[in-house]
Amino acid sequence: MKKFLAMLLVAAMAVACLAGCGKKDDGFIHVGIINNDPSESGYRTANDRDLKNTFTEANGYKATFNYSLKNDEQIQFAEQMINDGVDYLLLSAAATSGWDTVLKKAQKAGVKVLLFDRTIDADPSLYEASIVSDMDKEGQTAADWLKAQKLDKYEVIHIQGVMGSAAQIGRTKAMDAMYAQGWTKVVQQTGNWSESEAQQIVESVIASGKSFNVIYAENDNMAKGAALALDKAGISHGVGKDVIIMGFDCNQWALEELLKGNWNYDGQCNPFQASYLNNIIKKLEAGEKLSQKTVIMDEKGFDASTITQADVDNYGI
Amino acid sequence: MKSKVLNNSKTFFKKLTSNQIIIPLLALLFLIVFNLIRDPGFFEIKVVTNTSGHTVWNGNLMSIIDFGSELAILTIGMTFVTAASGGQDISIGATAAIAGSIIARILTGADGRAPQGMEGSLILAFLVAVLACVLCGAFNGTLVAYFKIPPMVATLILFTAGRSIASWINENRNISIVDDKFMIIGGFIPGIPIPTPFFIAVLCMIITALVLKFTTLGLYTQAVGINENSSRLNGINPKFIKLLTFMILGLGAAVAGLIKVSRTGTCNYAGLCKDIEMDAILAVALGGNALGGGKFNLKASILGAYIIQFLTTTLLAMEVPSTALPAYKAVVVIILVVFSSPVVREKMNKLSAYIKVKTAKNVGKEGEN
Repeated sequence: MKKFLAMLLVAAMAVACLAGCGKKDDGFIHVGIINNDPSESGYRTANDRDLKNTFTEANGYKATFNYSLKNDEQIQFAEQMINDGVDYLLLSAAATSGWDTVLKKAQKAGVKVLLFDRTIDADPSLYEASIVSDMDKEGQTAADWLKAQKLDKYEVIHIQGVMGSAAQIGRTKAMDAMYAQGWTKVVQQTGNWSESEAQQIVESVIASGKSFNVIYAENDNMAKGAALALDKAGISHGVGKDVIIMGFDCNQWALEELLKGNWNYDGQCNPFQASYLNNIIKKLEAGEKLSQKTVIMDEKGFDASTITQADVDNYGI
Repeated sequence: MKSKVLNNSKTFFKKLTSNQIIIPLLALLFLIVFNLIRDPGFFEIKVVTNTSGHTVWNGNLMSIIDFGSELAILTIGMTFVTAASGGQDISIGATAAIAGSIIARILTGADGRAPQGMEGSLILAFLVAVLACVLCGAFNGTLVAYFKIPPMVATLILFTAGRSIASWINENRNISIVDDKFMIIGGFIPGIPIPTPFFIAVLCMIITALVLKFTTLGLYTQAVGINENSSRLNGINPKFIKLLTFMILGLGAAVAGLIKVSRTGTCNYAGLCKDIEMDAILAVALGGNALGGGKFNLKASILGAYIIQFLTTTLLAMEVPSTALPAYKAVVVIILVVFSSPVVREKMNKLSAYIKVKTAKNVGKEGEN
């Protein structure tokens, strides 16, 4: 009996190996997706959900997903997927370096590589395309929107994210240029993406008695904390009120604040890359050439005076 | 007659220097004087009407007693854990995140949103959170007491895994609860101008004081921390005492999680009470308690917690640049901790003894004359 089981196991393994080796020809496009762990953030959760909804068998794909926040684990997943004979490798790398060897292996095996969300330090010939957010552009869109409000004065409380993170650097840059051009920076301080730190920063400014009319928070949670500090002091905020509140990331609850007119602006950090990836794969399958290697996603900035319930439903994460 | 007065003042001076609360009191005094010189307006309290139409007090002092609450509550438990086990629990921030996530989950139901008010019972939510956090504490305590794993290593498990668990509870969503009643816990009771978290912290302190007064918990905890074997020979069960202290800390984490979620009505598991364990350990050290266990002074620890918040608020008022903030904080913390270390305290005691001898000699001379 034991022997029989062992034989069966060996047979099963052999079949699995045979099935696993070489390209499969079952009419589906096989994609291997390596992503960061969805529990990393709300952004990542939305990103993962989007990918899972797009790369379905109904859309002609067979997708395998692997998650890790560690680069070396991701590289192992990539090697495994190449051995499994996927057609496309979709990658959001945990770290920018260390990918050359495995991507060369992919090239040799005829696996096309697409990067999403994050780019890597490797020779561009090793991948077909990369779809990324431009954090600088997000900050610029927000600053331009604020400029277009044509306020009498610009006295800004600027609450930054964790110092040194890509989102913080990008979202701070455009505003720093504006301060250099004459806007007043009442306070620029890091709230470390946290509600209560942001709330304390704003309470501190209110206690000091300085005047301000804009709160620029680099994510929604900090904008929420800042708004609470204003509520506590009885300072009105939102559309047509004393203080303008700006946030980022487009959480559903944040967009609802916009809808209610409590906040004025919310900038998107677009987690929905699946449709871009889908289009590129369709083009490559049809034998077309891609016009550009780096695709920067459209990212919206929502204005409280024009936002609709449909926007909240479609873009809220 | 004269020497009696001198004697009285001498014993008062001796009491003061030998009491460990002098260290955090001096630190507090230093911060107050520093702020008075820098900007007396720092202490101003304005009476304002908030958006919901209630009169509240606003100002830096209010911010300090408000935002120091979670830390003060956690510091109580951390002091017990430190005293009994001679180590620290580094998982309380993650445990508080679990508590917050459970509360958010029960209050929002399946969709992670409660735009029209709470969708579950707040009492049930809190009780489940308490249960979970006490279990987390019991898990840590069991590892420490029964498996003899050093506290820092034992609690490293939940420190690492806790926030992942918190994210599973809410399926990684960024939660939002919009409900005025729920926000009372982290905001204001209508008609009362002082933030509610402060009252919750005071309530925790009163309960702890009563427990210490009417039970032998305080004595047993110190006995276990000073010498585990001799306390066992005297009929105390050191393992159970250690386990108990970790469970008390877990209870504190549940309360802290509740306050944190209620402040904003959002639950951000990655950032909720982040790094608060370090501040709690710091508060215990600032209170002049030996981090190696044994005797403790709870009042000094709690005062230490508020000093840390005082420092944070001061640095914000000084508008220290974002990138330099941790460095500034570190410098002040080093100074405070060195001053509150047992070595420096011993030196101070020696100094005071020296002064005493000198004054005694002078008194003697006066007597001769």
